[in-house]
Amino acid sequence: MSALLDSLAAGFRGNPAQRETLDGVLREGLPHARVEAWKYTPLRALERRSFSDADAVPVNATLLDGIPAPRIVFVNGRFDAGLSELDALAAGVSLQPLSRLLGSDHARATNFLDRRYERSDEPFARLNAALAGEGAVLRIEAGTQVNAPLQLVFIGAPASVDVAWHLRHLVELGRDASASVIEHHIGAGEHAHLGNMLAHVHIDAGARLHHARIQSESAKATLFARTDGVLARDARYTRTDLELGAALSRHELNVRLEGEGARLVANGVLFADGRRHVDTRLGIEHIARDTVCELLWRGLANGRGKSVFHGGITIRAGADGSDANLSNKNLLLSADAEIDTQPVLVIHADEVKAAHGATVGQLDPVALFYLRSRGLDEADARRLLTAAFCREVVAGVEDAAVRDVLACALDRALLRLESA
Amino acid sequence: MLKIDNLHARVAGKDILKGISLDVQPGQVHAIMGPNGAGKSTLGNILAGRDGYEVVEGSVTFEGRDLLALAPEERAAAGVFLAFQYPVEIPGVNNTYFLRAALNAQRKARGETELDSMQFLKRVRAKLEVLDLKDELLHRGVNEGFSGGEKKRNEIFQLAVLEPKLAILDETDSGLDIDAMRAVADGVNSLRDASRSFLVITHYQRLLDYIKPDFVHVLAEGRIVESGGPELALELEAHGYSWLKDRVAPAAA
Repeated sequence: MSALLDSLAAGFRGNPAQRETLDGVLREGLPHARVEAWKYTPLRALERRSFSDADAVPVNATLLDGIPAPRIVFVNGRFDAGLSELDALAAGVSLQPLSRLLGSDHARATNFLDRRYERSDEPFARLNAALAGEGAVLRIEAGTQVNAPLQLVFIGAPASVDVAWHLRHLVELGRDASASVIEHHIGAGEHAHLGNMLAHVHIDAGARLHHARIQSESAKATLFARTDGVLARDARYTRTDLELGAALSRHELNVRLEGEGARLVANGVLFADGRRHVDTRLGIEHIARDTVCELLWRGLANGRGKSVFHGGITIRAGADGSDANLSNKNLLLSADAEIDTQPVLVIHADEVKAAHGATVGQLDPVALFYLRSRGLDEADARRLLTAAFCREVVAGVEDAAVRDVLACALDRALLRLESA
Repeated sequence: MLKIDNLHARVAGKDILKGISLDVQPGQVHAIMGPNGAGKSTLGNILAGRDGYEVVEGSVTFEGRDLLALAPEERAAAGVFLAFQYPVEIPGVNNTYFLRAALNAQRKARGETELDSMQFLKRVRAKLEVLDLKDELLHRGVNEGFSGGEKKRNEIFQLAVLEPKLAILDETDSGLDIDAMRAVADGVNSLRDASRSFLVITHYQRLLDYIKPDFVHVLAEGRIVESGGPELALELEAHGYSWLKDRVAPAAA
């Protein structure tokens, strides 16, 4: 039996369909390490832990310094109206907590919740579908251009017990709309909570979404995130993920390029220092013709950290003219750290361009000597090269304001390496 | 200033330098010439402190200090600079940022005040003009996407900004066309003064038409087999390295 699943199921408040989903997970349990998708991220230790339902916890508002309005804030998975600032939304933009929509007669507004999750290797999506009653629901109407980034803030705050939360989000852009979203995952002090998030991202024809996600949660936190994206014709989805915190953070990024000419640019940094375990699993599907994905990921493992990357790209039959590019470079900075990387390309179409490269290495000794021969001491030279290795991901971000936010978060994480 | 005494060194268990002695006084330009595999680059790398070289005998002192005991960055702060034969591309490390960090690290190590960005930029602008380097290169990563000539000029640019006491140029002329070589030589000549010394390592005599050495040493099979004035370089140019063989063979026997 799983203490984890039992403790999570105790908080069940859903409908019969959700009960069925929950019972499915309880029956099948968590996936064993023999299951391919979980081979490098074993759940044994987590399975023995239990978590309670979250109560409202007050947090210090200074945590939000530097995160301007409009913003929606959740603390331990509960919407915090006091910290959120949603008054100044532009015309054509709707950003609300899911809980507000659930009680109302907006059946259509919540139809994204109908998506079923059945597979035994997606337990957290199933748990989320059964248990989530909160989340951020963002809709941008067709033709709307939103300039200021919309800030989604998720704070983990210390409580008397370890708590769990399940959040389900929707980000939906109508035709030719454009917007930027920045997700912040912050720890308000030391805690060992479990966060489980499932996000649906729907980008209609010709629309553009820039999506940045900065995960700098508390060092003992456990996070499971899944993003299911769907892109229509000529839609553009650009995202940058910085995995900088938590004890265990797993993100599954699934994007379906359903419309001709749809384009995904997904870049990220996996920063596994200390005893951190970060795992990112991409599942990109080229379904329509002339679709493009560009994936640039950098992994770093120091101390006893472990960085796991799976880059799955499938080009379906008929998706001719597709272009897929995956680069995953990794830096192994200590003998006790571990990096697992696995690019997997499956191609069923004939006329495609696909390239992938994955490397694991150490800092280039010639480059280190070059820097030192100019006067930098060894620690500075190492820091400079490590920073450069990671910054490549952030340097490509077009919006200067977003780039700065990402660069600052990355620099803070890099400082940890020096004191380690 | 630089005194090399009976230096023997190995790379991967193989003897490369077999007893080199050299005395470089302030303001002097010494050229080290020699065929491929003679040990020229090994000498430059050992002086700058690169890993992978094992000194088995002899000593090197720089202004009275044991140079070989110092870390590469300590040698840099003491005033030793190596212009690399193959400058390294480091994407993501900004050229200007790096150079300022390096200069200030050296100044700090010497107990001098660090330069703020205004003071630094002023210094950089002045040096850029001399070397005819494009401003735009400063904003890129270190040597990132530079042509061969740009990389070599960037080495001399760093040399100009860092103002070392001893500059070692390791085959700075290799791969350069005549214009680029002239630009490099002009850069070097503008830095010559009574206190700064140069060790110019080269395979060809060509560079020495532009950077006039005070002394020329011929290195072959790990030994200096001939030393003389600038005329020695011309002799080498005329006869090639093959006439050295007679000089090497007896010693090796």
